[in-house]
Amino acid sequence: MDKNFIEIKDLKFSYVNEIEEPPVVTEVLKGVSLNIKKGEFVAVLGHNGSGKSTLAKCINAINKPDSGSVTVDGMSVADDEKLLDIRQKVGMVFQNPDNQIVATIVEEDVAFALENMGVDPKEIRRRVDEALKTVGMYEYRMHAPHKLSGGQKQRVAIAGIIAMRPDCILLDEPTAMLDPKGRAEVMKTIKELNAQGVTIVLITHYMEEAVQADRVVVIDGGEIVLDNEPKKIFSQVQTLKNLGLDVPQVTELCWILRNEGIDLPEDVITEDECVERLCELLS
Amino acid sequence: MLKDITIGQFFPGKSVIHRMDARVKLLLTAAFIVMLFVADSIQALCVGVAFTLIVYPISGIPLKMMWKSVKPILPIIIITAFLNLFFIRTGDVYFHWKIVKITEDGVKTASFMAIRIVCLIVGSSILTYTTSPIDLTDAIERLLSPLKKVKVPVHELAMMMTIALRFIPTLIEETDKIMSAQKARGADIETGGLIKKAKALVPILIPLFVASFRHAEELALAMECRCYHGGDGRTRMKQLKMSVLDLFGALFLCLFFTGVIIVNIIV
Repeated sequence: MDKNFIEIKDLKFSYVNEIEEPPVVTEVLKGVSLNIKKGEFVAVLGHNGSGKSTLAKCINAINKPDSGSVTVDGMSVADDEKLLDIRQKVGMVFQNPDNQIVATIVEEDVAFALENMGVDPKEIRRRVDEALKTVGMYEYRMHAPHKLSGGQKQRVAIAGIIAMRPDCILLDEPTAMLDPKGRAEVMKTIKELNAQGVTIVLITHYMEEAVQADRVVVIDGGEIVLDNEPKKIFSQVQTLKNLGLDVPQVTELCWILRNEGIDLPEDVITEDECVERLCELLS
Repeated sequence: MLKDITIGQFFPGKSVIHRMDARVKLLLTAAFIVMLFVADSIQALCVGVAFTLIVYPISGIPLKMMWKSVKPILPIIIITAFLNLFFIRTGDVYFHWKIVKITEDGVKTASFMAIRIVCLIVGSSILTYTTSPIDLTDAIERLLSPLKKVKVPVHELAMMMTIALRFIPTLIEETDKIMSAQKARGADIETGGLIKKAKALVPILIPLFVASFRHAEELALAMECRCYHGGDGRTRMKQLKMSVLDLFGALFLCLFFTGVIIVNIIV
């Protein structure tokens, strides 16, 4: 539990647009350091273009750091030999479920990663069934993915990742294209996985999702500006607003009321908590 | 119109045909097509029709599904039949009015052609309906694997086919969305002459084209994240296995093929 699973030290990364003359270099990550322990549930917040997706791609060895280092379970992402091992340890789920599903049948899509890894066919069958049961999509194993709802598709994509038995899953705004029902389904799945000991790094725009994490990291302009427990992050309403971020609705409500001189604590982040506090006040 | 496309639509089931090896099914379908073209008389073709009529109910595909794959071809069938009907002027004359002349040979050829095309469609649809696209591409990959020795990228081709099949419904959905979006902006898609209609397609095709590039990029990334590194060292969850069933299937087709040849010789 104490060992760092992912270690990022002074990571710098730039995109180079070579079509332009001279090439345009956009520095996206300007020295990020972050350690993530095994079994943690970390939410990464930041507005568009803050570098949060780029950070995730660096952990997954899709992007190679320009300088600084990223190690996953002791393996450096700069090491090409370890590429497949790292990707097996750290699975990644993307925003658009349609663009991650390769096969035309749910179970064959879930098997895709295992087939790439050269796992024995019988073992693949076992792990595919297990992964589909974990995300609650086992009954749909013979369906065509395009006939599923967004939330179901995203759960299939998650199943495709957990079939690899990764120690960590990076989710890059997995709920951004889903309706509220699909969002709830996916969040439930993520929390269940975390309870089973899988490290979760969730990049999100929804504060209500970030609240459910153990730890929230806020990125702005390619640097980490805040890194703490959700309660301590969201109590800094003004700081977050200055960064162009929202706070959970209940936190905002309490903040407004407090500004009006009503005695409410700063760290209210869930609805239940808010209801309780307000009832206390009224009684 | 777009919803009618049935290519690659698999109909899950447990029939004998579903359980056959995809490689065998593919080869048998090819043989079936050859058989239809070998038959050079109505009588010989009847043997082919009999084969279709026996195999189709075994496959357990609903009639509605089958109709869906025959329907788009209907205009072609009707046009070929009509051309044959009016342009073949040999044989006994059934009907003669000014330049229109319908003859025995015309009727025979027209019905012969129509039956042959319908059999072709039904036969190949049975293959695509009873075989999951992955099995099908897997079968193609295996059947073509000797070509790897002469540096043909067989695995890559099979993967491209799988992805193409997978994205057909997604792109159709997207086309529908783009069409609605353009209509909402006042684009006139349905009316006008052929040229005007063709021009109206441009604002639909360009966004679709751009979108498919985006799909391709994201999919490639997602595939890389799932350890995809080409065909080396890949295993498959579902192994293709030949069984007695496949032997029976092959024998069954052989029987009919011989039937066609015998009828050809007799007639």
